[in-house]
Amino acid sequence: MLSLITFSPLIGVAAALLLRGRTDERSLNAVRWIALATTLFTLALSGLMLAQFDAGSPRYQFVERFPLFGGFNYAMGVDGISILFVVLTAFLMPLCVVASWGIKERVTEYMIAFLVLETLVIGVFTALDMLLFYLFFEGGLIPMFLIIGIWGGKNRIYAAYKFFLYTLLGSILMLGAMLYMVALTGTSSIPALAAYDFGRTEQLWLFAAFFASFAVKMPMWPVHTWLPDAHVEAPTAGSVILAGILLKLGGYGFIRFCLPMFPDASIAFRPLVFALSVTAIIYTSLVAWRQTDMKKLIAYSSVAHMGFVTLGIFAVNQQGLQGAVFQMLSHGLISGALFLCVGVVYDRMHTREIAFYGGLATKMPMYATVFLLFTMGNVGLPGTSGFVGEILTLTGAYQASTWTAILAATGVILSAVYALTLYRRVIYGTLQNPQLAGIADLDRREWITFLPLIIGALLLGVAPSLVTDVTATSVDALIADFASNFSDGTFNDPRI
Amino acid sequence: MESLVTILVFAPLLGAVLAGVLGKRGDSKPAMAVATVLLFLSAGLSWGVFYQTAWHELEPFVVRIAPFISVGDFQSAWSIRVDTLSAVMLVVVTTVSALVHLYSWGYMAEDGGRSRFFSYLSLFTFAMLMLVTAADFMQLFFGWEGVGLASYLLIGFWFHKPTANAAAIKAFVVNRVGDFGFALGIMTVFWMFGSIEFAEVLPRVGEFARTEWAFAGAQWRALDIACLLLFVGAMGKSAQFFLHTWLPDAMEGPTPVSALIHAATMVTAGVYMVCLLAPMFELAPQAKQIVTIIGAVTALFAATVGLAQNDIKRVIAYSTCSQLGYMFFAAGVGAYQAAMFHLFTHAFFKALLFLGAGSVIHGMHHEQDMRRMGGLMRYLPLTFAAMTIGNIAIAGFGVPHVFGFAGFYSKDSILEAAYAAGQENPTAMFAFIVGVLVAGLTAFYSFRLAFMTFNGPAVWKHEADAGHGLKAAAHHPDDHATAAQNESHSEPDVSEHGGAHGDHDHTPHESPWTMLVPLGVLSVGAIFAGFVFHERFFGEEQAEFWRSAMRPDRVLFPESTSRLLEEAHHVPEWVLWSPTVASLIGLAAAVFIYLLRRGMGARIAANAGPLWTFFYNKWFFDELYHFVFVRGAAKLGELFWKRGDRDTIDKLGPNGLAALSYFGGRRLVRIQTGFLYHYAFVMLLGVAGLLTYALFAFGAVE
Repeated sequence: MLSLITFSPLIGVAAALLLRGRTDERSLNAVRWIALATTLFTLALSGLMLAQFDAGSPRYQFVERFPLFGGFNYAMGVDGISILFVVLTAFLMPLCVVASWGIKERVTEYMIAFLVLETLVIGVFTALDMLLFYLFFEGGLIPMFLIIGIWGGKNRIYAAYKFFLYTLLGSILMLGAMLYMVALTGTSSIPALAAYDFGRTEQLWLFAAFFASFAVKMPMWPVHTWLPDAHVEAPTAGSVILAGILLKLGGYGFIRFCLPMFPDASIAFRPLVFALSVTAIIYTSLVAWRQTDMKKLIAYSSVAHMGFVTLGIFAVNQQGLQGAVFQMLSHGLISGALFLCVGVVYDRMHTREIAFYGGLATKMPMYATVFLLFTMGNVGLPGTSGFVGEILTLTGAYQASTWTAILAATGVILSAVYALTLYRRVIYGTLQNPQLAGIADLDRREWITFLPLIIGALLLGVAPSLVTDVTATSVDALIADFASNFSDGTFNDPRI
Repeated sequence: MESLVTILVFAPLLGAVLAGVLGKRGDSKPAMAVATVLLFLSAGLSWGVFYQTAWHELEPFVVRIAPFISVGDFQSAWSIRVDTLSAVMLVVVTTVSALVHLYSWGYMAEDGGRSRFFSYLSLFTFAMLMLVTAADFMQLFFGWEGVGLASYLLIGFWFHKPTANAAAIKAFVVNRVGDFGFALGIMTVFWMFGSIEFAEVLPRVGEFARTEWAFAGAQWRALDIACLLLFVGAMGKSAQFFLHTWLPDAMEGPTPVSALIHAATMVTAGVYMVCLLAPMFELAPQAKQIVTIIGAVTALFAATVGLAQNDIKRVIAYSTCSQLGYMFFAAGVGAYQAAMFHLFTHAFFKALLFLGAGSVIHGMHHEQDMRRMGGLMRYLPLTFAAMTIGNIAIAGFGVPHVFGFAGFYSKDSILEAAYAAGQENPTAMFAFIVGVLVAGLTAFYSFRLAFMTFNGPAVWKHEADAGHGLKAAAHHPDDHATAAQNESHSEPDVSEHGGAHGDHDHTPHESPWTMLVPLGVLSVGAIFAGFVFHERFFGEEQAEFWRSAMRPDRVLFPESTSRLLEEAHHVPEWVLWSPTVASLIGLAAAVFIYLLRRGMGARIAANAGPLWTFFYNKWFFDELYHFVFVRGAAKLGELFWKRGDRDTIDKLGPNGLAALSYFGGRRLVRIQTGFLYHYAFVMLLGVAGLLTYALFAFGAVE
């Protein structure tokens, strides 16, 4: 089942490859439909898997394992945490395909890149073997790199290069750490490594190496500057995937590797992580406010939102961890939708300059409503999914470090400042730019992309237990496992 | 009963959605009708619930609908809590909201966005109902921010007006500052009690009465911290001193909104919250002191600013702020019953005043500056009557032991309680003195408003004759803000109304029945709400009246408050008379300055003594905040972005590396023109190479 889900997008790739080189409109359309059908198929499969998933069990489910050459295993499985990321990926991909319907250049290659990316990303979340994980994790860079580099804006080379440089540097360190772990323990199985007791000094070094990679992916301050550039240059669907899924790889990595394998180091590094998270929240929120480019603003706000995720993860308690997972899923929906919102006006006007717009509410009332909804999600308004993640991670952090929570909570003020400023400048006011006079409201295809996201963001906002019920058991098991490393059981001191 | 209250709460949500959907099809009448009918249904049910609850036939209960956030001990549920406290709020919210819906048929008749307006109004009502019926902190917070959203949308309803947009954002952000404290307060409660459900937390507050924490180098009583943080939220929502700046600006919204949200309901949410959490506050003496001081200072501050404003809506806005101050210091001294009583009566007469002001503005073709009104008594007789009732009610005129308008009973209750508490507590005595003084100021600014609007020469007549040239002459000479304010304050007349301005008849006209009926209903409330409900809210029957769904003993307000009320019923006779006397003095001053010595008010304003300037400019809070916070944050943002991200991180990071590495210098430029596939190829090669190495390393172990 899992392998089928992971590799099902490749069916579409194979089909699309047959049509490669043909540039007539019919073939291109066929490619588009193939991509859509494939991603929907994957979504259906992952939905089926979620339905069969036993949320009451903390164990990995749908496990597949057989030995490969060289002694490492092909092992896959999902628990209550990773299954939701698989579903999120499968959910966002069809929307990306629909959002990319208007791509004119190298359509076949574009769709292939997306489908390959889907396989690789789902692979990251399902891999239960460290080297397999690494393969997927690094492999995912390539299609994303191509998407930015080929279908990006005019400064795409610089952005692609920055993206590449940052992520690869982190990855090399992580690979070194992985090799050391394999050499030491003789296994590359993730569950086995999680059970292994690393020495404290080893933990510190290994943690630092993993941290380097995941922190870049998150991205955490101060290794975040690749993100705004990457977003600005990426095509709309690329931004959606980047913000919606690729940013989650870092957080997922922290949960899957750092906490269970290096508990002592996680506590030792916690003050640093908290400090960087709080800095990210305050610093990038203020920077976001000053942006003149819509995409950059949203990109910076993503960094701030990811700050809540790292806070929650390293709080290592129920509210923090579940909040972090929730925040990642919610951010996947909301930031994805916000980038689509930017895409809507960019497709029409070919600029993302905030100053170019203004007064769109008159011409595009439906767009204004949709944009408002996701702006409020970004602000973390209760009733949208954005709120749940924020309040849970903050509550979690509060129990781990009160000062951190207080400082981080200023983020709820700052997010209102930048998000509402953006909304006001684009949507409200009088329509003064004559070029906007003929701008059209959302068309049917755009509605199709937004509707699932609207439903998702509201549904998770009103009934968050849809998610937390799935994650609860796995998170509890993780925490219990983590706490067992501390004999007194009290690794939470609220006054650090 | 359970299904009835569920309908009651969700009818406005249905109305909001239907109005939004129906409004998309040209004709807005069906949308408006649906929203209004559903709201009246809700109001009818509310009165039923209130009657049943208040007259003992109904035990308090909680309807659980579905789980909300539930993670570990952090358990919350969508629920509807029905007890006296929520029943009072249900009545207030749905009654005013229903009347405002009706009123808006007339007031917004010419606006193109009517269905959107009705949808927002209903949405607001739903959020407010969720707020008041919450059974845990999460739903309370949901409602809390939900009304904030509705307020944001409605303040910015005329979205083409820059001032309205700015005011909307300001309201949202300042409220967020409050919510920052509120959220931390909830986390503190959770940290202490391991629960966020009222039914879990409130019965157990006694266990934590002596808990102390060392934090930031000092010892703190845990409950004091929790209560203070929660109170910060209340300060934001109820526009108390330091966080009040958004409320006057919120008058940019259409007037029905001001009546509903920024007078009768939403802004009282803070008071409601403090009363709801009375068991916590009763054990947090320092927090109570601060509530008292903030309340008293707000009451005084807002009243002084209200004296000097010329915009009819702003006067009432500051008056609201001031009255909220009364409610807070009532709660602060421990007389939660009096706070709720004033909240209840205030809703009637303040909504009446706002809707009356709306009627005036409507009649004056969207003029809001009182200096350009005058003599309207003849043209708007019914509005005049309603406004007069409202003014008498807010000024608190009445004869002790005999009869008074609504505000008389509730304000006296507060002052009696403050005096009684003041026997041991100097802060409460301070609040009492301020309260009496402000009673005088209240009468003054209320009747200043009345006289400037309805009496005296009809300034607008001369203006109409001389065109709009006189507008400038009427201005305060050395007032830099006035010009801008006047530009922005008057509500835009939309669509045909605006287009026809040139040949419009400038004679003020009385409003249609849809607007007058709500005025009539509210007038009845403003006259009788105090007299009828006094005994139950505050008098001998209060202990049986206030019953809680959150504690097993059904007691809403702790025993200590009943003792205080008992003492309050036996204060000396002069205490009863002092606010009445103060009000009469205020009235006399207003009569003298604005009625007898006509022009004296304008002269005072023109001479602009330092005190007047200080009041007129609202104690310069906006300037200060703008300078410190807005500009400060903007500069910091620029600094982080340009000096931090660009000049430091990027220069040392990727760009620096680029300069050093293979990709550096001119090569980067050359490669940019090269093939992208090379990059992919290099990366693929790298991954493959690393994997090979990995496999070898792995093999070595086997």
